[in-house]
Amino acid sequence: MDWVNTIVQGVLLGGLYAMFATGLSLMFGIMRLVNIAHGDFIVLASYLALVVVTSLGLSPLISLVIVVPLMFVIGYVLQRYLLNKTLGDDILPPLLVTFGMSIILQNVLLEVFSADSQKLSAGALDIASITVSDQLSVGVMPLIVFISGVAIVGGLQFLFYKTELGRAFRATSDDQDTARLMGVNNSHIFALAMAIAMAVVAIAGVFLAMRTNFDPTVGPARLLYGFEAVIIGGLGSLWGTLAGGIILGVAQAVGAQIDPGWQIMTGHIVFLVILIFRPRGLFPRSVD
Amino acid sequence: MNTQMKTEQFSVVRNTTTSRGAAVVTAMILIALISVPFWAGRADLRMIIEFAYYLSLAQMWNLLAGYAGLVSIGQQAFVGLGGYMLFVLAIYFNVPPIMAVFLSGLIVALFAIPTALTVFRLRGAYFAIGTWVVAEVYRLGFAQVTTLGGGSGQSLPASIVREIGSGRSEREMIIYFTALFIAVASIGLVYWLLRSKHGLSLTAIRDSEAASDSLGVDIFKTKLAVYVISAGITGVVGALIFLQKLRISPDAAFNLQDWTAAVIFIVVIGGIGTIEGPIIGTLIYFILRGVLADYGSVYMIVLGVVAVVMMLKAPQGVWGFLSKKYDLHLFPVHRRLKAKDELE
Repeated sequence: MDWVNTIVQGVLLGGLYAMFATGLSLMFGIMRLVNIAHGDFIVLASYLALVVVTSLGLSPLISLVIVVPLMFVIGYVLQRYLLNKTLGDDILPPLLVTFGMSIILQNVLLEVFSADSQKLSAGALDIASITVSDQLSVGVMPLIVFISGVAIVGGLQFLFYKTELGRAFRATSDDQDTARLMGVNNSHIFALAMAIAMAVVAIAGVFLAMRTNFDPTVGPARLLYGFEAVIIGGLGSLWGTLAGGIILGVAQAVGAQIDPGWQIMTGHIVFLVILIFRPRGLFPRSVD
Repeated sequence: MNTQMKTEQFSVVRNTTTSRGAAVVTAMILIALISVPFWAGRADLRMIIEFAYYLSLAQMWNLLAGYAGLVSIGQQAFVGLGGYMLFVLAIYFNVPPIMAVFLSGLIVALFAIPTALTVFRLRGAYFAIGTWVVAEVYRLGFAQVTTLGGGSGQSLPASIVREIGSGRSEREMIIYFTALFIAVASIGLVYWLLRSKHGLSLTAIRDSEAASDSLGVDIFKTKLAVYVISAGITGVVGALIFLQKLRISPDAAFNLQDWTAAVIFIVVIGGIGTIEGPIIGTLIYFILRGVLADYGSVYMIVLGVVAVVMMLKAPQGVWGFLSKKYDLHLFPVHRRLKAKDELE
């Protein structure tokens, strides 16, 4: 029963990791951009939520109403006026510019908010839980996070395959030049994609802040979890990314159950093993 | 006018007047550096040691990213491994410290082989993040080794410190000359490598993998060799860093900001894909850090902003800009075609 509990907690944690990963997956899928600063943007969203919560006295969940649109705008502006300039055949500019942004963000957050560990409290929601059986109870907060993760993946899947905007995304991703000929404004489409990715980042950041402690240095680890989920799931598949997140979450939970010091390590090792034996991930869709 | 020029009228040259002048200046700087410990203060000595290891790290990262197209953000893995190997060899195998520094590099190079076989499955930007994951695995792994101090780390025992040299100034002088040797050797190695046949294959791979493959360059082997060599020397530098610091912990040893971020900024600002670039970049790094010393982590922010702006506006870096404008080549690795008699 202990193990059932461990696995359930791991699956729920995986929902959060899938959220970290979908933003990353979206950026790579549409503009072939790997954003090294992804984790630091998640932490930026956590701090924005902290500022909103402490200054306006709102509950953390309500802060989403402000943080999500804010990150959406940041994403649009960032892509349209900065990152679009780095895209091209050479991988070095986008890689080094986003890496630079990562280091800048970390240090700016450190200067502004200090290295103190923070957490957003949702009051009674923090400790509320649903009892499934004597040995198994599920926290309400982790459950909300997990359901949101699944909903985000489902929503993006719908957006991608059932809407006109989704068609424009896929067309630009497949062939930029032809899409442009068909009247698609690539730089606007890319900026919108980044804006949507950042909206997901905002949700992930707020939930991260509600689930665990955070400080300016935790961003890179979030990038790595998201990246691992994307690779485990296989590039180009959103449901695969969700599965990758869950596998990573379960691996970490099982590792922690064996020895608390091994939680993160077990996740990394499972990732490396999958990379060695299934380099294209478990559910690959695209060729690149 | 005779338009049919014969091949005998041309010759392939690499050295230029400036490069010959530069060789003389380099020799003079080297002699000056050798004399430093005999007259300079301890603080100056320590700064030049630090300069030497940042320069070596920058040369090695540049060799990977600027020439082999392998953009790694996990070089801290090899700095940390080198540092830990020094401690293991010196404490548990009684290897004399300076010898342990170089032996550590060899062991790190061995570690780099399985590492490469794993991360080479990822390409481009994904390769970059993959190297980072591996560095994290090493960091978390060493944090679990209780005999090496676990997460809080350990100091080098006093008996081993005395093995480096009996007095403090003697120790510092020995570490200084080792650092100087490593820096000169890493520049020399990159210079030699690029002027050799391997240099041609390397730049060919960077510019087009498909084309170089069709010309018979063994891409995998060349990349693996560069990755392992660069890891080994990075490991030597790591061992030296922690021999100077006398204390190691997983967080200090596998530190991304200190051993990779700063190094990447140095190379990007100085000029990626050139030997001169990392030298200029290291100079700029030390000047910026000195000027902003009183403002905590602000120098990292400034450095990051400069690197990002550089990448967007002048991706060839400071040296790339200068060398293009004034046609300067201090360490010429390119072959140029020159007419034997310009007037004909």
